[in-house]
Amino acid sequence: MTPVSRKLYTDDVSLLVVLIDTNPYFWSTNNSGLPYSKFLSHLVAFLNSILLLNQLNQVVGIATGVNSCGYIYDSSLAPPNKRAETLLQKLEEFVIKDEELSAEDSVDGIKSSLLSGSLSMALCYIQRVLRSGSLHPQPRILCLHGSPDGPGQYVAVMNSIFSAQRSMLPIDSCVIGAQHSAFLQQASHITGGIYSKPQQLDGLFQYLSTLFATDLHSRSFIQLHKSVGVDFRASCFCHKSTIDMGYICSVCLSIFCKPHKKCSTCGSTFGQPQATVSPTNLKRKAPDS
Amino acid sequence: MSERQVIKRAKYKSSIKDPGTPGVLTMKRERFVFMPSDPRSLMKLNVEFRFIIGHKFSKEAPNKKALLNLTQDKGESYIFEFDSFPDRDACRDFVAMAIAPPANAGKASSDKPSVPPSSEQLSTAEMDRRIKLLQVDSELQKLHKEFVMGGVLTEAEFWATRKKSLDEKISSKSKQRVGLKSDMIFNVKPSSDGQSNRVKYSLTPEIIHQIFAEKPAVRRAYLNLVPKKMTETDFWMKYWRAEYLHSTKNIVAAAAEAAEDEELAVFLKQDDILASEARRKIRRVDPTLDMEADEGDDYTHLPDHGLSRDVSKDLTDSQYDLYKRSFLQDLNRHAAVVLEGRSVDVELGDTRSVAEALTRLKEVESANEASNTHVEQGRSDLISRMAELEDLQGPRDHPVAPLSIKDPRDYFDSQQANAIKTLGESQSGSKHKKSILNAHEAYGSLRKSISEIKDLGLTDPIIKSEVAMKVFSELTLRISNTKYHHGKDPHESILDGLPNATKEEILHQWTSIQELLKHFWSSYPITTTYLHIKVNKVKDAMSKIYQKLQEIKSSVRQDFRHPVSLLVQPMTQALDAAFAHYEVDFQKRSTKSVERPNGFV
Repeated sequence: MTPVSRKLYTDDVSLLVVLIDTNPYFWSTNNSGLPYSKFLSHLVAFLNSILLLNQLNQVVGIATGVNSCGYIYDSSLAPPNKRAETLLQKLEEFVIKDEELSAEDSVDGIKSSLLSGSLSMALCYIQRVLRSGSLHPQPRILCLHGSPDGPGQYVAVMNSIFSAQRSMLPIDSCVIGAQHSAFLQQASHITGGIYSKPQQLDGLFQYLSTLFATDLHSRSFIQLHKSVGVDFRASCFCHKSTIDMGYICSVCLSIFCKPHKKCSTCGSTFGQPQATVSPTNLKRKAPDS
Repeated sequence: MSERQVIKRAKYKSSIKDPGTPGVLTMKRERFVFMPSDPRSLMKLNVEFRFIIGHKFSKEAPNKKALLNLTQDKGESYIFEFDSFPDRDACRDFVAMAIAPPANAGKASSDKPSVPPSSEQLSTAEMDRRIKLLQVDSELQKLHKEFVMGGVLTEAEFWATRKKSLDEKISSKSKQRVGLKSDMIFNVKPSSDGQSNRVKYSLTPEIIHQIFAEKPAVRRAYLNLVPKKMTETDFWMKYWRAEYLHSTKNIVAAAAEAAEDEELAVFLKQDDILASEARRKIRRVDPTLDMEADEGDDYTHLPDHGLSRDVSKDLTDSQYDLYKRSFLQDLNRHAAVVLEGRSVDVELGDTRSVAEALTRLKEVESANEASNTHVEQGRSDLISRMAELEDLQGPRDHPVAPLSIKDPRDYFDSQQANAIKTLGESQSGSKHKKSILNAHEAYGSLRKSISEIKDLGLTDPIIKSEVAMKVFSELTLRISNTKYHHGKDPHESILDGLPNATKEEILHQWTSIQELLKHFWSSYPITTTYLHIKVNKVKDAMSKIYQKLQEIKSSVRQDFRHPVSLLVQPMTQALDAAFAHYEVDFQKRSTKSVERPNGFV
């Protein structure tokens, strides 16, 4: 590992990791006026313009599939005069591989993409770049996401978001689907990135270059569009209704509107009088070691 | 209130510089009367306490006069000089009692049941503490002035809610023992007069204590030699002579002198008690300590550890080893003693008792150590634990139950509902058209799109200029909109945007409201007539605040109206809640009293 002090610190060199939603179910049902081919042409133009902003800039593309995620592009490795070709070639390979992994023949509605996976890959890649090489660029993540959130990935996604927050990596999100994404809203809010859901999808390139091309240093001078903010009010797990006061499981932090004997999420039994707790009960609220 | 009075001899002064008219001061419940000793004097006074709004008094000090200054509401003041401080304090406490609850002392005195629960006679210390607290906290002073002087709350009521902060004041004043100075003794530089060949050391009990603590051998020598063999002065002269020899760094000379005088040798040789103690300490050092770890952390690369002390003349001859004293040893020993602190509670004046006390202390310490047999056991345990190779150990069983979350979707659902609502979007997303899709078809269309763009290349232009224009105007519109989202951003406070005077006024009203509400709610349930009267008083004061809030609102500039009303709203709500409770309670009470024949109107 290169000692930190020997690195070249700059405020205008960016490392941009783009997470590209490659969910076939989403793209084939998407009729918002942005077919996948159009989307790709906007994306390629955007990535090119990022690389033009500074010749030391680095762009990494990660495809977010339904069954897997994969690195599809790295500007530091690809031949400079065949950028789009390399990206599209890799993307095609990725789609074929992802299809091989799919088990079911048909699904009800749109399956969600593996956002948690691609976020983790992006975080790992950024750490690798920061810890090696002679340059210390300003890293950021951009999520181009269209498919609906996968509630099952909640814990993994939140963990990625918090680890991005810890390493001070902003997660920008551009939602190209019909719905807002609660995940990405949180991600951008917590990490201080930009959240945007373009209205004019045929002008995607304009959104990308206006909002998301700004490097981190310039963001302090430029007034970018701010999202309204995230509503952190809690709603109970049992009825999904917003509550002001409630009961929280001390083990898994589930919220309930009335006291329960047992947590429905993690199965912990709650503080009954000491006598009723059996000695074999493993769910101790605070291990005292 | 008891029918008490205080009669003291005092001088009345019209001003501080006035020599004063001697006479007798009589303090009664409602008034104080001053009768001059000289019946012809015109300095008679007869003043009611309700005109007195405050009192000041001089600090208690031996060479100061015992003064009491009573301030009248018209700005005049009466100054009395007492013969003694206890006299003054008695009068002062009486005045404090008399003027503190003006409502009780004045009009409400006819209302017998309204006696406050604690008409305690305050001790002087208590008064002092309160006054100090008021002086420190200007906010509190404002509140005190407004409510206690204004007659809404009594002195006792006001302080009852602040017992805690009063108590904190006391505890923070806990005694702190003064430690040893961190100056090293070698800093006691001899002063020479420059003419004769004499040098002079000055010795204070403090320095003696330090010498005894740092050099047990000197202490032992003192106990052995003084006063049997030599006088104290002789002893110290010898000691300083040895020190002087050290400071000249002439080891050879020191060795020669020591050979002649065996008492002097004690001071010049290395301290054997210290040496044995050091050996004992080394045995107790954690055997797993890795000294290599902090290599390079110290100043060993600097000559003399960065401190200028010249030891370059050190001789390597082993015969003089005994007389060599390393600076590091001195420094370490001194540091250890300073850190130990002043462990002896003996008057420093008596040199002998200090020496004895220190010796006793050391004996106790070493006895304690000797009895600690299980220390050895602990050390060997520690060694075996530290020397353990982690990868050769079996997995340790931690008393941890793995977190098993059945369905993380619940977390998502509990948040998403709100998050989506914020953006003003109904749950239309949930009813997006359900399409049964064949995985093969889906992937096929995706692949088709990719190969399409591969064949055709990028569209030119990527984006139509009209569309770009639309996007631009949409984005800029949103930026200019967000400027006016007041109060949505947690990082900027509305208060900071207001003019300073308004800001302070609002903050002050808020603290007043809090104070009043605290008293209001603590009075419920109303069980005594006293509480009833208190609630009524507090309620009246609160209704006045409504008026004030309204005034603030109308006094600010047009563009601040909205933020101010946002701030005032929770205040009015809190007050409204209190009033609503008051009304309900009042209704209940009046219906109850209907049953009684007397309450029937």
